Amino acid sequence: MGWIKTTFHKTGSPRWFFTGSRPWVIGLYVFGALLIVIGSTWGLGFVPAERLQGNSVRILFIHAPAAHLAEAIYVAIAIAGFVFLVWRMKMADMLIQAAAPIGFVVTVVALATGIIWGIPTWGTGWVWDARTVSTLLLAFLFFGLVALRQAIERPDRASRAVALLALVGVVNIPIIKYSVEWFTTLHQPPSIEIGKKPAIAAVFLWPLAVNVLGFYCFVAGVVIAALRARIVEREAGAKWLRDWTVKS
Amino acid sequence: MRQPRRRRLAVVLFVIGGSTATLSLALLALQENVDLFYEPARVTNGEAPVGVDIRAGGMVVEGSVAHDPEGLGVAFSITDHGGHEFKVRYVGLLPDLFKEGKGIMVRGQLTADGLFNASEVLAKHDENYVPREFHDMVEDAGLAGSAQALSTEPG
Repeated sequence: MGWIKTTFHKTGSPRWFFTGSRPWVIGLYVFGALLIVIGSTWGLGFVPAERLQGNSVRILFIHAPAAHLAEAIYVAIAIAGFVFLVWRMKMADMLIQAAAPIGFVVTVVALATGIIWGIPTWGTGWVWDARTVSTLLLAFLFFGLVALRQAIERPDRASRAVALLALVGVVNIPIIKYSVEWFTTLHQPPSIEIGKKPAIAAVFLWPLAVNVLGFYCFVAGVVIAALRARIVEREAGAKWLRDWTVKS
Repeated sequence: MRQPRRRRLAVVLFVIGGSTATLSLALLALQENVDLFYEPARVTNGEAPVGVDIRAGGMVVEGSVAHDPEGLGVAFSITDHGGHEFKVRYVGLLPDLFKEGKGIMVRGQLTADGLFNASEVLAKHDENYVPREFHDMVEDAGLAGSAQALSTEPG
């Protein structure tokens, strides 16, 4: 079990993370962008129309990956909040700071594409059902994480308050996920579930899978890059950073 | 774990537990109270109020959809496939998913003579995604319940 502790301590070191993460950023950017281009071209240009939705089905290839990713980003932020509150790990705080605005953008993409899809298919762009409202709340939570930090003057207090909000907000995630099963929502239940045969035909499933992976990789690259920027900001006076700058 | 960390861990776990419990109770309360939706049976037996904005829903009766010769007006009936049926009148664009035999939701007011004046017609999509050509192919071959059959055999 020693390696868990070692990894934990290494990840906690801004220096270790900063000096080693640059190739990851470039790799994730290139690989993610490539997948998104392939998946989107495939989904928007080559997939057949759906039997009821027609061409509106193409929005799925942006909407579903964005919505899924938004939840994943929040879970990562909540875990970081937990780690920061218990162990006071600086890197966890910086991760929240780096990922919150990105999570907000991704959630807005999910909401916007959902509205665009809803207008022709549902007959309305917005309904106040459990899925849409909990996703809207997710966007507010991301925004709140950014706003709360700016509202509190002392950085150490701000970090603690933000971490606590990040942690408490995680109860929203199971609500988003299961809202379509617990409540009568206009939003459809999931088409893909673990242990079940997908209710979505393979022609739609493949480009969707490519885009989901592409979104995850690309945004992981963006988060790491943002985290590196935070490290530079906070460790501006550190000797190792000066040495690194001179060296490269 | 050292003492302050253990204390912080306890506080954090308490906060998570507390907020989860609060939210669960709130959701439970909501689930019991949200009851603005009227099934066809409750519309026909007079349980649904007249002249008040309500939501109702069911399946569109096959062959009941009648578009006005001019304009966007449309009339159709909604059923629960259990002998309860009511007429709906709507002026506006119908959603893409509006199909005879499919489930829809309407918002609007019930008149005294049992006609539902809809201000909004919403169609719910299910979790099944089936390509159009494939669907037509199966339908041309004359297979009954093709959509349902396809959904269990995607691709």
